[in-house]
Amino acid sequence: MNNFSYLQTSQAKDATAAVAGTKGAAFIAGGTTVLDLMKLNVENHSQLVDINMVPFKGIEQTADGLRIGALERMSDVGEHPLVVQNYPVISQALLLAASPQLRNMASIGGNLLQRTRCGYFRDVAFPCNKRNPGSGCPAQEGENRNLAILGGSKACIATHPGDLGVALAALDAVLLLENAKGKQRRVPLVDFHVVPGNTPQRETVLEPGELIVSVTVPAAAHARKSKYLKVRDRASYAFALASAAVGLDVQSGQIRSARVALGGVGTKPWRSVAAEKILTGAPATEATFRAAAAAALRDAQPREQNRFKVELAQNTLVRALLELSAA
Amino acid sequence: MENEPAFFETSPTPGVVGKPLNRVDGRDKVMGKAKYSAEYPLPGLVYGVLKTSDIAKGRVQSIDTSLAMKEPGVVQILTHLNLPKLAKTPNDPEGKKAIGAPMGFLPMTSDVIHYAGQPVALVVADTFERATQAAALVRVNYAAEAPIAAYTDKRARLFNPEKIQDGKQDGYTRRGDAQAALASAPIKLTATYTHAINHHNPMEPGATTAIWEAPDRVTVYESTQGVTRTQKALAAYLGLPQDQVRVITKFLGGGFGCKGSCWPHTVLTVQAAKAVGRPVKLVLSRKQQFTSMGHREDQTQTLTLGASKEGKLLALIHEKTSTTSPWDNYAEANSKIINLLYDSPTFESHYELGRANVMTSTFTRAPGEAPGSFAIECSMDDLAYQLGIDPIEIRLRNYAEKDPSTGQPWSSKSLRQCYARGAELFGWSKRNPKAGATRNGRLLVGYGMATASYPVHNSQGTARVRLYADGHAVVQAGATDLGTGTYTVMTQVAADSLGLAPDKIRFELGDTKLPTAPNSGGSVAAGTVSSSVYMAAQDVWERLTKVAIKDPKSPLFQAKAEDVTAENGRLQLKKDAAKGEHFMALMKRAGMDDIEGSGQGKYGAGYETGRPSNPAGPQNNTESEAKHSMHSFGAHFCEVQVDPDLGTVRVTRWVSVHGAGRILNAKTARSQIIGGSIFGIGAALMEATARDPHYARYTNADLGDYHIPVNADIPDMTVEFIDEHDPYINAMGVKGIGEISMVGVTAAVANAVFHATGKRVRDLPITPDKILSTKSV
Repeated sequence: MNNFSYLQTSQAKDATAAVAGTKGAAFIAGGTTVLDLMKLNVENHSQLVDINMVPFKGIEQTADGLRIGALERMSDVGEHPLVVQNYPVISQALLLAASPQLRNMASIGGNLLQRTRCGYFRDVAFPCNKRNPGSGCPAQEGENRNLAILGGSKACIATHPGDLGVALAALDAVLLLENAKGKQRRVPLVDFHVVPGNTPQRETVLEPGELIVSVTVPAAAHARKSKYLKVRDRASYAFALASAAVGLDVQSGQIRSARVALGGVGTKPWRSVAAEKILTGAPATEATFRAAAAAALRDAQPREQNRFKVELAQNTLVRALLELSAA
Repeated sequence: MENEPAFFETSPTPGVVGKPLNRVDGRDKVMGKAKYSAEYPLPGLVYGVLKTSDIAKGRVQSIDTSLAMKEPGVVQILTHLNLPKLAKTPNDPEGKKAIGAPMGFLPMTSDVIHYAGQPVALVVADTFERATQAAALVRVNYAAEAPIAAYTDKRARLFNPEKIQDGKQDGYTRRGDAQAALASAPIKLTATYTHAINHHNPMEPGATTAIWEAPDRVTVYESTQGVTRTQKALAAYLGLPQDQVRVITKFLGGGFGCKGSCWPHTVLTVQAAKAVGRPVKLVLSRKQQFTSMGHREDQTQTLTLGASKEGKLLALIHEKTSTTSPWDNYAEANSKIINLLYDSPTFESHYELGRANVMTSTFTRAPGEAPGSFAIECSMDDLAYQLGIDPIEIRLRNYAEKDPSTGQPWSSKSLRQCYARGAELFGWSKRNPKAGATRNGRLLVGYGMATASYPVHNSQGTARVRLYADGHAVVQAGATDLGTGTYTVMTQVAADSLGLAPDKIRFELGDTKLPTAPNSGGSVAAGTVSSSVYMAAQDVWERLTKVAIKDPKSPLFQAKAEDVTAENGRLQLKKDAAKGEHFMALMKRAGMDDIEGSGQGKYGAGYETGRPSNPAGPQNNTESEAKHSMHSFGAHFCEVQVDPDLGTVRVTRWVSVHGAGRILNAKTARSQIIGGSIFGIGAALMEATARDPHYARYTNADLGDYHIPVNADIPDMTVEFIDEHDPYINAMGVKGIGEISMVGVTAAVANAVFHATGKRVRDLPITPDKILSTKSV
């Protein structure tokens, strides 16, 4: 970890200006990722701008859905009655993530920006195209059991580690962003993260100094009836080998609308429109769910150690849909 | 042993020994008063931080410290070029032996890099943060070569060592003609098992605080399982008389074997303190912990068994291939338990090693017994299913009435009772004999069991008792409490031996100034130290008896010493308990403030044969001279629920029953068995360090990605002990339970998984991917 200067501000415009205008500056909210990566020398920021006092708060019902301030804590959002009742997939994704201590610190915005757990990225002694563009990707022929089978490239197969992003991808969430000039824009969650391609160092569409202000999620029947299923190597405090965020609106055994996103398998939160197409209008049966799962994984490109994820992700998705439709 | 007193004779009805006494150090620990080795704020203390190698093979071409030295607070940066010279290094066999080093290579003695994470520089600064920052700024230029990551690499040189573990074990063992017996056996089974790299990961990482009290005298606060072994090692390294090195370990946050030796970071810290002329503290980061204190090696075992149609073993042939370092022939001795667990008339074992660019692996809780039991206990399960015999019954049909590997009778063995009691507690009789036939909704339910065994290694130690006339005592031994309860159980032993309440005893340990005790490793500590304390108390009674029988005012005046005994703090006639007096009365009258006694406790074969062993050195091989083979035995019973679609395995019930001699404290013993079983469940289901095949570097060296069980992985656990009286092992009849708790655990889980699913997973850990990819039989 290197020495850094520290700035605290309660004004968004001061924070964004500081980060946009200072080389090597970064925001810090809960600090659960940025401090970890700085201790590993993966990130070396000259300045940390503390935004915890910035009033990006609130967990509230709006006219058309849910609004969550980006600086709300994971635990507060996960346990909020509004979220638990009307957006269970979000609550479950949050509460199945990390540990209570981490959830009490980590912010919603920061969680969406959490960086991969790829062991090559997290150890500066290895080459890594994400950390050091052009240096190579030893994961392709190395320890890739936990890495992505969807959205990867020759340059990078690092898994998006989070759970919340997967739930938000399923529910058509939209992020409100604000840049150093005070200009705001809205970006759908599914467009917020980008696949690595030839530029794995770029993980989101955020511009330098731009902040996430809030997340909005439209109210919907498939949001009220939604579920997050996470499969991992131990019962708690582990990243997903595969996870599924699903929402269903079923009337008389027919699926009127469906939402599907996968975690633990993609280089970004992996919304599957192909699976949703198969589900929509079809009977809510295991056969339908199996067909949807096959479609969701059709483009999978596994490596030697993560081949099992193709089957596991399908089974996870089917199980999530079965349990949700039976609930 | 014939002339020595024994606890069961002098304390036929123990007072506090065996009772679930709360930890005597518990309050200090929760109050933050228990000081660990990194918690001594010595005046002038500076902080050391290691810079470790990015490459796994090659040379250091140059080290640029100019940027780092400019950082504020940096005191010095030590490299192979400017470290103070050592008297000896382990780089040659003579030096390795003198030091007792776990590894025949000391980093920073040259520019050579043999493994990733090898220390290349040690930065000393006035704060930890500044040392850390400066270490990041040290620039090392390497000439890298392609490393070999494991024995599985096609380029790895495989060889059959004549000896493993510095000559302690044979690389090849043969008893009878196993090949011929196999050839004519009606049932033949061969199976191959693999075990992932496991790291001990004690909660407290390696930590050293070194202060040179004089140019030729050093004190080291060290996170070690044995202060004397560390003292000897450092004395040899530094060329100092042993008594010029003092090692102190008052509290230890776990060890599991990785703190059983003096590793490079410790001597480097002592050298750094010498170089900068100030006390230096160095604490390994969690990441450095993975490349600083050894590990359980990656390994493949192939076990072939021949049996009759009735399930009686006729032949066992065991082969193991594993990774070792460029210099040492280290392998866990898996074959030992396979050679003695069941009554097979023939046995053969072969070890094969592959050199790779890794540090030397080391003992890890139940070294050899844990992975060895995985192979034999899964194969016995296979045999049971193949013949349609209950898994307990197949074990009973092969019950070893004496030690098959030596022909010696057992000093004690309660394995039958362990099976019976464990089965009863677990409800084994409800088990459907068919695999894959028990369901709980979508989940498959399986029952599995396995046998546990661990040897009583030969050891000895000393202790001192100072008994005060006002009715309290200070009891001392240079032992270590790994966190498992040594302070507490020795307080209990001293209390009963002296006839005092436990709160009248202060037990001190963890200092080379105290009488020498063995390393807390190999499960020898409880048996050796308790016997030493007991013998020291007996010495006090002998001395007081001499005073009493010469004292005309004593009721024991002119009695014969051999007719006097001590009970509840009273010296009295054996045949007439009324004739005697309390030691306090005797000492007050004699004008004695206190009296001191010392004792030597022998453990294992040395107790039975009377032959001494070196407590801090390598164990003498006196086992063959003993009349008895000395082992603990036990049985684990496991229920798992497996999700066949998602591949997840959860342990839902657990029963362990052990026969391990006298149990000193029902509560700490239960906790230790639970801890060992959880350790084993971790190895069974999730623990695996991943080493990149091309860079020979770990990719998950942190506790977020190296998984150990969390609370949610562990059910309520039932632990019982069989009341076992063993007069042959030591004066206390204690066998020790540190390691047997995890022997057989991985097999019990794997056997339960097989019963649940019909899938035999032979590659640890049993993670969801393996459940999905393994076919049912």
